[in-house]
Amino acid sequence: METHAEAGKEGKPSCASVDLQGDSSLQVEISDAVSERDKVKFTVQTKSCLPYFARTEFSVVRQHEEFIWLHDAYVENEEYAGLIIPPAPPRPDFEASREKLQKLGEGDSSVTREEFAKMKQELEAEYLAIFKKTVAMHEVFLQRLAAHPTLRRDHNFFVFLEYGQDLSVRGKNRKELLGGFLRNIVKSADEALITGMSGLKEVDDFFEHERTFLLEYHTRIRDACLRADRVMRAHKCLADDYIPISAALSSLGTQEVNQLRTSFLKLAELFERLRKLEGRVASDEDLKLSDMLRYYMRDSQAAKDLLYRRLRALADYENANKALDKARTRNREVRPAESHQQLCCQRFERLSDSAKQELMDFKSRRVSSFRKNLIELAELELKHAKASTLILRNTLVALKGEP
Amino acid sequence: MAAEREPPPLGDGKPTDFEDLEDGEDLFTSTVSTLESSPSSPEPASLPAEDISANSNGPKPTEVGLDDDREDLFAEATEEVSLDSPEREPILSSEPSPAITPVTPTTLIAPRIESKSMSAPVIFDRSREEIEEEANGDIFDIEIGVSDPEKVGDGMNAYMAYRVTTKTSLSMFSKSEFSVKRRFSDFLGLHSKLASKYLHVGYIVPPAPEKSIVGMTKVKVGKEDSSSTEFVEKRRAALERYLQRTVKHPTLLQDPDLRQFLESSELPRAVNTQALSGAGILRMVNKAADAVNKMTIKMNESDAWFEEKQQQFENLDQQLRKLHASVEALVCHRKELSANTAAFAKSAAMLELLSDYIRLIAAVKGVFDHRMKCWQKWEDAQITLLKKREAEAKMMVANKPDKIQQAKNEIREWEAKVQQGERDFEQISKTIRKEVGRFEKERVKDFKTVIIKYLESLVQTQQQLIKYWEAFLPEAKAIA
Repeated sequence: METHAEAGKEGKPSCASVDLQGDSSLQVEISDAVSERDKVKFTVQTKSCLPYFARTEFSVVRQHEEFIWLHDAYVENEEYAGLIIPPAPPRPDFEASREKLQKLGEGDSSVTREEFAKMKQELEAEYLAIFKKTVAMHEVFLQRLAAHPTLRRDHNFFVFLEYGQDLSVRGKNRKELLGGFLRNIVKSADEALITGMSGLKEVDDFFEHERTFLLEYHTRIRDACLRADRVMRAHKCLADDYIPISAALSSLGTQEVNQLRTSFLKLAELFERLRKLEGRVASDEDLKLSDMLRYYMRDSQAAKDLLYRRLRALADYENANKALDKARTRNREVRPAESHQQLCCQRFERLSDSAKQELMDFKSRRVSSFRKNLIELAELELKHAKASTLILRNTLVALKGEP
Repeated sequence: MAAEREPPPLGDGKPTDFEDLEDGEDLFTSTVSTLESSPSSPEPASLPAEDISANSNGPKPTEVGLDDDREDLFAEATEEVSLDSPEREPILSSEPSPAITPVTPTTLIAPRIESKSMSAPVIFDRSREEIEEEANGDIFDIEIGVSDPEKVGDGMNAYMAYRVTTKTSLSMFSKSEFSVKRRFSDFLGLHSKLASKYLHVGYIVPPAPEKSIVGMTKVKVGKEDSSSTEFVEKRRAALERYLQRTVKHPTLLQDPDLRQFLESSELPRAVNTQALSGAGILRMVNKAADAVNKMTIKMNESDAWFEEKQQQFENLDQQLRKLHASVEALVCHRKELSANTAAFAKSAAMLELLSDYIRLIAAVKGVFDHRMKCWQKWEDAQITLLKKREAEAKMMVANKPDKIQQAKNEIREWEAKVQQGERDFEQISKTIRKEVGRFEKERVKDFKTVIIKYLESLVQTQQQLIKYWEAFLPEAKAIA
């Protein structure tokens, strides 16, 4: 099924502005996206007046795997160890939607034609919504990279943005996936070891504090995300429930010959409208709440990764110190040990500095984003609640007014 | 008038209200007149003293039918006399209610009036009509509540006792406010009694709530979790609705069993309602037999009204079932939602009404079935009559005088039966018509009230939501 989606965002064209926030010297957006059977092709458009690029405006077509490749390239790059790497966008997943559409297509004889049409409409809207979301995710990823003063200068990034041909990045085959998986295990084990090590003392209070906070935060936000998802799904199911109810009521209404007739028909109408409202509530919740929570879940994971890297550096530093001491006592290989220790120390300090900065950025970003989304969510919920109250009241008046 | 007569002595000379029923006026006056006239053919029943003495000086605060000996016709009769308001007493109420035999063996419609030599059906019909008319004009003043579920006993013998409170200004009750404790099987017993008396006459008897072995076992075992409290609450509400519906029916209201149920503090255990019992199995067998019967009877529906109505009810049944299923899904999802957002699920109420109505409609269908059975009986009687006539003709030919006489007798007997069958059939048809009309009216009212209630609760919920979100908004803005 082919779907196009416009994910445009307005950007300032002038290159001269030295805006730290939305530095417009490099603007990236996903101007178009096409969904083909099991792949989604994003059209990444770049506008830039930076000298690195051959042209000022150009666009390429990228697939999801190429985004992942870019993300991994950043992660593996030692230079960016002290930075929070923006989390990779999630795989576009239309499975659930597709399955539902298929089941609907197989047909259910008890479902009337109107019901069927409505359900199909709902499903199509759902599909479209998922599609839009995945486009947005990919876009945000790129835009964060572009906005970050250090990350945007990465060579791989330029290649990604500019290289006209296919990057021929195949999706990870099974071995690589397994390798990645194992690496994760090793990493978490390592982390556990490091933190458990009695010798390792956190030198900086700030980081100690951040660490505990982030750990806690991450678990909490994951919980909240799950629950928000459940609420959203329940709302959606509720909205879907109204479809057969409305249909049954209207058929009851056409059957009746007495006063109940108009009542039933009005009820059917009411449920129809309620359904639309509930559906909107569900999607709003989804966008404002769930998505945000999910994004920050991943972001906090990235922040945790940063902290881990720093800790690792600290551990290395400590080890290097110990090695140096040992070498000094044995008075052998002091030189290399010294230089190694120097390196570790430098690395560690570099990491610490940038990490501090990054984490503070993270915090402010997080706070403002939560604030904005929660305000918007509250306002939308209010609007919907008021609208549904209005509808209900009107129907009540109509029903009571009849003999 | 009660004061004028001397109270009839205990134990003998009790007038029945079946005297003088040629008098086509309302039964009450006939009752009185029979009491005025010298009592004859007294019912040989032992009588409770209270009811009789109630005669002489207005209504005493005695419990109607307190005595468990409900074979007592006269108790009812005297009780009626002592009332001030012209309560009409249909023959039905004076009838002893025997053990329940779901299969209708007799050809008489009027409930088990045995060997009374009067045109009972005629009077029955008229008095019922009058009752109906009066019921339409009367202020219907009786309120029933079911409350305070209490666990009585322990272990597997435990049961929930519910308090049934009646508030009424109807003078057929001795008090204006009273309450009794009843358990679930009592309700079922009441229903089966009413059903056996009225169903085959063509009345729509409201169905009782269903048994649930799982639910009850949980309660018995003593699980104090929310599902068992929910179950008890649901059951309580269902019982209340059941009683309210039953009481709304003007004819059923007059029934002594119903009154005894509402008033007497002790009720004989209705063991026939146990889930696993001989009576239960008998019921199942009968139901199966009925089902087979239904398939084989092909009735020549001469009455278009019935056909139309039946069709209507079939459709309605289907629609309601569908709606019920959808609302069930709605309830489930709302529960999920509320579990996740700690709100309140109100669509359960809708569900309740729908399932009630589905069962009510089943009762209505049952009534129609009875009519069909009645018709079939009539047909059979006619066929037998024909056969007998043929036999007689044969006898004539064969010239056997004694056999001829016998044949003639049989023919007469069967002619009478045919006539009876015809009358029964007409009777039941008329009853059904009225019942259906009443049922429809009730239905409209019921649905409307519940729907309005539901919508109002939805409005309330939304308003609460609004309140909460409005409170949340400034806090969200204050995030720094």
